[in-house]
Amino acid sequence: MTETVVRTSGLTRRFGDKTAVNAVDLRIDRGMIYGFLGPNGSGKTTLMRMLTGILRPSAGEAEVLGVRLPGNAEPLKRQIGYMTQIFSHYRDLTVLENLRFAADVYGLTRRERRRRIDELLRIYDLTEQARQMAGSLSGGQRQRLALAAAVLHRPRLLFLDEPTSAVDPESRRAFWEQLFDLVEEGATIIVSTHFMDEAERCHRIAILDRGHKRADGAPTELMAALDANVVEVEGANLRQVKRALDGQAGILSTAQIGERLRVLVDKAIADPAGHVRQAAALGSPASCAVVRPNLEDVFVSATRRAAA
Amino acid sequence: MKSLRRILAILRKELVQLRRDRTTFAMVVMIPFIQLILFGYAINTNLRHVPVAVVDQSRTGLSRALIQMVEATQVVDVTMRLATVAEAKRALVASQVRAVLILPPDLPGRVARSPALGLAPPAATGASAGRPVGQWLVDSSDTMVAGAIKSLRNMPLSELFRQTANRAVPTFEVALFYNPEQRTEVNIVPGLVGVILTMTMIMFTSAAIVRESERGNMEMLINTPVRPFELMLGKIVPYIGIGLLQMAIILGLGYLIFDVPVNGSLWVLLAATLLFILASLSLGLVFSTLAKSQLQAMQMTVFVLLPSILLSGFMFPFDGMPGPAQAIAQVLPATHFISMIRGVVLRDAGMAELAGGMIWLIGFSAVGLIVASLRFRKRLD
Repeated sequence: MTETVVRTSGLTRRFGDKTAVNAVDLRIDRGMIYGFLGPNGSGKTTLMRMLTGILRPSAGEAEVLGVRLPGNAEPLKRQIGYMTQIFSHYRDLTVLENLRFAADVYGLTRRERRRRIDELLRIYDLTEQARQMAGSLSGGQRQRLALAAAVLHRPRLLFLDEPTSAVDPESRRAFWEQLFDLVEEGATIIVSTHFMDEAERCHRIAILDRGHKRADGAPTELMAALDANVVEVEGANLRQVKRALDGQAGILSTAQIGERLRVLVDKAIADPAGHVRQAAALGSPASCAVVRPNLEDVFVSATRRAAA
Repeated sequence: MKSLRRILAILRKELVQLRRDRTTFAMVVMIPFIQLILFGYAINTNLRHVPVAVVDQSRTGLSRALIQMVEATQVVDVTMRLATVAEAKRALVASQVRAVLILPPDLPGRVARSPALGLAPPAATGASAGRPVGQWLVDSSDTMVAGAIKSLRNMPLSELFRQTANRAVPTFEVALFYNPEQRTEVNIVPGLVGVILTMTMIMFTSAAIVRESERGNMEMLINTPVRPFELMLGKIVPYIGIGLLQMAIILGLGYLIFDVPVNGSLWVLLAATLLFILASLSLGLVFSTLAKSQLQAMQMTVFVLLPSILLSGFMFPFDGMPGPAQAIAQVLPATHFISMIRGVVLRDAGMAELAGGMIWLIGFSAVGLIVASLRFRKRLD
């Protein structure tokens, strides 16, 4: 029996005449990592802020951990953790002082506090930096401190707003392993990102684009259900091929990846590889084959369709 | 219990941050020290050594002696000697001197007939009887300068002839209480506590909450269970200690440098200061919820600081101000506090005498805290 942690219907937020989040419906079940995938300005942060209760929706409503929003969000605070996009802990306090502050604010007892902070310093590999000012930490260390502070009170629901944007790839990997550990302990995690590889790690994602939810589901489902075929062209003069293909009927998009050109072809076309070969008037040395779609294809297809 | 722990957490955090913020920490000590020296020496309503010019048309031994006598009062310094009245007026326009003394050619005759000699008045002989011996032309745009020169108007001339002054019995006897030597510092130093606390207390707290937003900490804070009231309280308590420290610095140095006594009870002093600090801090918190940046918070502080200096009775007597100005001054906590602290420090006033001001400060603080807590929302919109 799955338990729904977050449910929204028609959630909308306007700033002046700009609509940041437009009628978004979501259902997020317990025990999963749910990703908001979208470019900058797609409404990821606004959506998250509405779900934590610090921003009131202009229209629509949400239910988070049984708390109805808009409404009194205070009962939520103890059960959620929130890691802001920009480092929001005190730079002029040490790692230890920042964690102690969080522990006191969340009402941990003195004994709990010591045990929990020791544990977190160990898990997030900050023991050596414990007495260092947060302002002098590296990007990866700062991010681990922020995560440690966000999970200190063992929240049931964790919000992470672009948690890895200032972090090197290796730290990102380690970070995601830690997220799965948290899920194992029973937490639900909502994470926003604009990295495809990160989105692929999520159990489920919602693709956001200019405030709209364009698609949602498990990454594999979304890739399987892609209503386009992906054709990869390999050969010389790829820029020329790209120019020939762009704007042709049935060609949704083209993007060069190294020595290959990735072409999204409308699903209605029966022989996508042949169609591309014909449309681009390719010479024989070029290879042209249908390949498995990835998440980027899903993203491009979902946002393309809406723009058209 | 949990609420108390959260207040303490914020308090502790503020203290650590304060300790590491060298600039603010230096300001806590340096502002009272420097202001005390500046105001203590600079503000002096006992005007002395006003630069003046002399146009001596008489050029006699008598006129030279008279000029020496005028200088001996220390009210004026003769910095220029000019030949004509026209030159003297130019010097006045050019602000080289603030006043001009004109001694007419018939000075000896005028002196001889002057009642200021203190001799038995001679029989009136025509229009020349009892005419002033000389004339002052004063740049009276500054009323204090004018007042100082005016005090020379009835200067006795008897010393010119080495005679003891014939002191007439005054109409009233004036007994000067609390500041018999008429030293300006006695009035300024206690008032300075009010001005400096207004400045530092409002400035620190008005920046306190804005700073959390500017540095991006607010988004984290409002996602925690901290209540607005707890945040406000935790933020202002450290500054109460700072305010008391500043009061101690000002009154302590005032005693050491300017010999200003503390005559009243220290407990009453403490009570009055605490209430004033609380009122200033709560006003600062209200500003903090209104301002969008630390710069705006600073501007709002100045908005209150100026009337607190000019209208509170710190520099100019409250009683001399027109009705509307008095009405504005009555709203300011500084007006009540400066009157109270002068009462305690100089006149040994007790709780009973200060009750009115204390009640006002309590009311002001309560309203301020409530408004600030209501205005502060744990939301970004």
